[in-house]
Amino acid sequence: MTTLTKPEAEPTPQESEHFLSVRDLYVQFATEDGVVKAVDGLSFDLDRGKTLGIVGESGSGKSVTNLAILGLHNPRNTTVAGEIVLGGQELTGASPRTLEKLRGKKMAMIFQDSLTALSPYYTVGRQIAEPYMKHNGASKKEAKNRAIEMLAKVGIPQPQTRVDDYPHQFSGGMRQRAMIAMALVCDPDLVIADEPTTALDVTVQAQILDLLKDLQQETGTAIILITHDLGVIANTADDVVVMYAGRAVERGTVRDILKTPEHPYAWGLLGSIPRLSADVDVPLAPIPGSPPSLLNPPPGCPFHTRCAFTDTVGGDRCRTARPQLPAGRGSACHLTQDQKRDIFIEQIQPRLR
Amino acid sequence: MSEQQTLDQQPSPQKVPTPRDEPGSPLLEVSGLQKYFPIRGGFPIKRHIGDVRAVDGVDFTVGAGEALGVVGESGCGKSTTGRLVTRLLEPTAGRITYRGQDITHANRKELAPIRSEIQMIFQDPYASLNPRQTVGSIITAPMEINDINPPGGREKRTRELLEIVGLNPEHYNRFPHEFSGGQRQRIGVARALALEPKLIVADEPVSALDVSIQAQVVNLLQKLQKELGIAFLFIAHDLAIVRHFSQRVAVMYLGKIVEVGARDDIYQRPRHPYTHALLSASPEADPDQRDSTQRIRLAGDVPSPINPPSGCRFRTRCWKAQDKCATEEPPLIQIEGNREGHLTACHFPQDPTLEAREQDVILDPALAALEETQAEGKTL
Repeated sequence: MTTLTKPEAEPTPQESEHFLSVRDLYVQFATEDGVVKAVDGLSFDLDRGKTLGIVGESGSGKSVTNLAILGLHNPRNTTVAGEIVLGGQELTGASPRTLEKLRGKKMAMIFQDSLTALSPYYTVGRQIAEPYMKHNGASKKEAKNRAIEMLAKVGIPQPQTRVDDYPHQFSGGMRQRAMIAMALVCDPDLVIADEPTTALDVTVQAQILDLLKDLQQETGTAIILITHDLGVIANTADDVVVMYAGRAVERGTVRDILKTPEHPYAWGLLGSIPRLSADVDVPLAPIPGSPPSLLNPPPGCPFHTRCAFTDTVGGDRCRTARPQLPAGRGSACHLTQDQKRDIFIEQIQPRLR
Repeated sequence: MSEQQTLDQQPSPQKVPTPRDEPGSPLLEVSGLQKYFPIRGGFPIKRHIGDVRAVDGVDFTVGAGEALGVVGESGCGKSTTGRLVTRLLEPTAGRITYRGQDITHANRKELAPIRSEIQMIFQDPYASLNPRQTVGSIITAPMEINDINPPGGREKRTRELLEIVGLNPEHYNRFPHEFSGGQRQRIGVARALALEPKLIVADEPVSALDVSIQAQVVNLLQKLQKELGIAFLFIAHDLAIVRHFSQRVAVMYLGKIVEVGARDDIYQRPRHPYTHALLSASPEADPDQRDSTQRIRLAGDVPSPINPPSGCRFRTRCWKAQDKCATEEPPLIQIEGNREGHLTACHFPQDPTLEAREQDVILDPALAALEETQAEGKTL
């Protein structure tokens, strides 16, 4: 078995700070109805061997962020501004050719729906081998052996025969494993997993998440895990960014976010999920209303239309002033630190147990 | 409708509101329910070459005003069961009794009054509403079809229903595309309520919705269940939501119920290895439990229902399986140590505690190999 760590993966001096940093990222789509501000000033950092969880509801901009990192957005109607630095290399202004060289080699993606993400026309083995041939200049035979090795690694039984199967001959869990094999075939430094287990059953989901975790420990890959499932986050992520309406509203370690969240939206998310250990007769505490349209996001704090604490802040601040997200641990909210703590301890925490 | 008068003794709901059933008296009884979907193949003449055994001998009862949750993975037959109960599908074998009346093979005429008492909420709020009809006509349609004229007219009733489900009655003339996913699901709920049903079959009613919206709909359904005394057959794959919503829970695996019991029996005192595996795999939003050793990782996927394993269907993924499991199918009975009403189909059940999964059970070969190399790396 060839080793999965590459010789050139030694940290170079310029990436000593963070392996991936995203600074003030803006992604906007021009549509017939106007400009959609899908990502609106997002910043985060990620180190090697760590997992960053991005949580948020549909339309909060979490998938778009990652398509922008990979450069997979449609350049004709998309404007990307800001800074994405991967291992010392700036990506927002990079040419399509540079990105093409990076995609699959340095950064790879695991998509949500493995049936649509895999081509029905090619065998699974060929699809896994393709990036390996392209980036490493391997021959067809070498690449096929590599594909077999990867299939074995992700736990596909009889990889020698299954390598020639088509995606429809695989079950859902196996297809997702094949996707993981495809993403990891060139030992990328960054893997973006966009809802990798949403389409799977719980028992299979647990297998896949464990597999990702174990492979990460072996290879030291950095992972961005996009999900709406806080349970998945609790199990896999080291750091978490909570997104709402294209902005990061809270950032912290997984323990910070799940144990002592500060933003009212994070409180709402935690109050919305039933827990296996919670009291059953207490109704859930959902967030009223629905997410805002990104064509015309509300002024000030985007969450103020659904927030129960605008009166506590007082005045018009929530409606007019946009709260800033401090660097590091923190939340973008006008409540003072003491107010956040008091409200959480008095009103929110009792409901979560 | 004249055909309704030819029917049995049950008064049609629009004339005399039927008395509320005693809570807990069986409303729906299902026994030995089977649904085989035939597979045809061969050339030049297509023949019957096999069956997909989607539901293969399922028994359960739903009491009046009770919520029975059905959990299981995709392909285990839970949705098919829901569709059989509403008679959207014709059962292959078995018996469905609704308030003492056999409706297993009842024809259209006989079913008409019962259809109004058993309603369904569908999973996908985008696919289950007709985009060319207004909300008003979607919700009044069931009343028109059943010739129900509520006091004050159908439109007034529809506006009331919209209010009950938390929508603005002014939205009567809007079209489904003007609503968000959660609001659409509320329209689906309003439509199901239009006939004042006794039983609602909810097939994954919240799985297509965002987390914060999910909670809104779950709360709404729970309020309806409590205030209107409607019984629910609540089909979902999310264990936490089922626990939150249902008084009793049935766990399905490959067309069969493997364990059924009161909520606490299933979640606190599970006996079937599959129930343990499901509970263990279900992620909790609690970082403290992350590194705890309680985990069971099954290998592979659910086998094909075309050719299910002999004996116990779970044996191919079970860590306790022995020869007996391959030859003898375990009956769904109250095994020793179970409380009243807690039935388990297993030859070698687990102890009725959650500690039973404290040992690592890792059946997945890839995971096991990776863990081993890591363990070696640590010791070196």
